[in-house]
Amino acid sequence: MAADLLARKPGAFDRFVDTYHNKLFQFSYLTCGKREDAEEVAQDTLLQVFKRLDQLRDPARLKAWVFRIAKNACLMKRRKSTFAPTRELSLTDYLPSHSDGADGHRRIEIADWSHLPENDLLRSELSAVLRAAIAELPDIYRSVLLLRDVEGLRTEDTAEALEISTDTVKQRLHRARLAVRAKLDEYPKKVNHGTQPIEI
Amino acid sequence: MEPSQSKFEDLSCQQIFALLSEYLDAELPHDLCEKLSGHIEGCAPCVEFVESLRKSVDLCRGFKPDTLPAPLAEEERANLRRAYESFAARK
Repeated sequence: MAADLLARKPGAFDRFVDTYHNKLFQFSYLTCGKREDAEEVAQDTLLQVFKRLDQLRDPARLKAWVFRIAKNACLMKRRKSTFAPTRELSLTDYLPSHSDGADGHRRIEIADWSHLPENDLLRSELSAVLRAAIAELPDIYRSVLLLRDVEGLRTEDTAEALEISTDTVKQRLHRARLAVRAKLDEYPKKVNHGTQPIEI
Repeated sequence: MEPSQSKFEDLSCQQIFALLSEYLDAELPHDLCEKLSGHIEGCAPCVEFVESLRKSVDLCRGFKPDTLPAPLAEEERANLRRAYESFAARK
């Protein structure tokens, strides 16, 4: 897509705008939290991209470059709104819970993930649970998860987009995934699939 | 024995837990990845946890938000096109 855009191929502009308008809106909506802010960030980012397209050094890194502009636009929005300090996620908060069984064996409580919902209603419900789980993440973790897992950027591109090291991307991604897993873990329990204590 | 081999000789579940995302993303050094695989294969709670984490990551990768942006207004799209054409003219 970047090569077509840079080469001014017919249709490249519309393809880029249609694809990235949606992607940037989704990223911004989950980052800023307000629909009107997200609409504005998506449009501002697209405009900045076209104004600064000759600054794109490596066409293969287009996506990282675009999201870097979007991330900065989101930061500007947040500075204008109420500032919420970033909360750190600790690994130990997400260690599987252990309890001692009556027989003295340690047990670990793990939800049964083999019964994920098949029908559309439950899938839609699960999607809402997932959306809420992502939205609840502290900013610095949410942006990493959105770029790595939702947008599918590589670790290096995510680091470039967010202007952090690859080690920080990996650390934040793992904590974000654990937090989302913990939220999703509650979902099967709600639909009566229960947990299975496993001896260790 | 190489230092990296002795360092990860006996990985505990807790050490495994800290490395699971890199394990799932195939971003660990080969020798460490082998150690993790060896542990996980023989540890039912780790298998369960890895599978649930993998499923959670898969759900995130397939996440399709249900809220779409309002379509770009004609004026806004024209504004973007002007910026793009201005870039193209500079080339």
